[in-house]
Amino acid sequence: MAEHYSSFERKGTRWLFQRLTAVFLIGVLAFHFMLLHFVNHAAEITLAGTTARMSQFGYFATMWLFLVTATFHGVNGVYNALINQGLKGTQKQAVKWVLVVASVLLVAQGTRVALAMTNLV
Amino acid sequence: MSQSFNRGTVEDFGRWREFSAGMWAWIFHKFTGWVLVGYLFTHIAVLSTATQGAELYNGTLQGLEALLIVRFLEVGLLAVAVFHILNGLRLLFVDLGVGLESQDKSFYASLVLTGAIVVASIPTFLGGKLV
Repeated sequence: MAEHYSSFERKGTRWLFQRLTAVFLIGVLAFHFMLLHFVNHAAEITLAGTTARMSQFGYFATMWLFLVTATFHGVNGVYNALINQGLKGTQKQAVKWVLVVASVLLVAQGTRVALAMTNLV
Repeated sequence: MSQSFNRGTVEDFGRWREFSAGMWAWIFHKFTGWVLVGYLFTHIAVLSTATQGAELYNGTLQGLEALLIVRFLEVGLLAVAVFHILNGLRLLFVDLGVGLESQDKSFYASLVLTGAIVVASIPTFLGGKLV
């Protein structure tokens, strides 16, 4: 084990973005849980309340960025975990593109839902 | 300077009794990560009811929240999310070269703190109207 351990110079962009998105997600995920379980109880959520929150531009932008970063972090995490388990060659390419398509669809649907929750459009 | 030990590969789950703290942290982080990414897709699917109007959205969310099993699943989700956050913080510090020597202790601290936060949150999660 090295005396000083840092992988910042040695690893690739995927690894770096996984860490950068992690820093953002730590705060936003904790905020999301606090707001929608402790400040507003999940059982009392209504579309009117959701719309009131989502129609504030700052909140909307934070939630949309939450969607994008969580999708990247989650899907990139799955991809790296599978590579770690020995995924190679054609299978690796196939998994990569399935995950890319799943991510694009999730962000597209999430954006559609986020807009439907606002009175911005 | 710390020593290097060959503990074998963490992928060899059959020898789990010999796993060190760091290996358990790796397994728990992967497991909680898989659960969270699975939940993300489910969450967007459920919230998609918002595109069909207030009646369906409110009915779906309140209907789910009325089930005790859903409340317990939410407590499970909280446990998974809190551990992933705390262990993620531990990983970020270790990657920056901070606290590597006590990475086993910080893993145990993540577990204890997760347990404390989850237990303290149970009344809130189980509170409110149920069927």
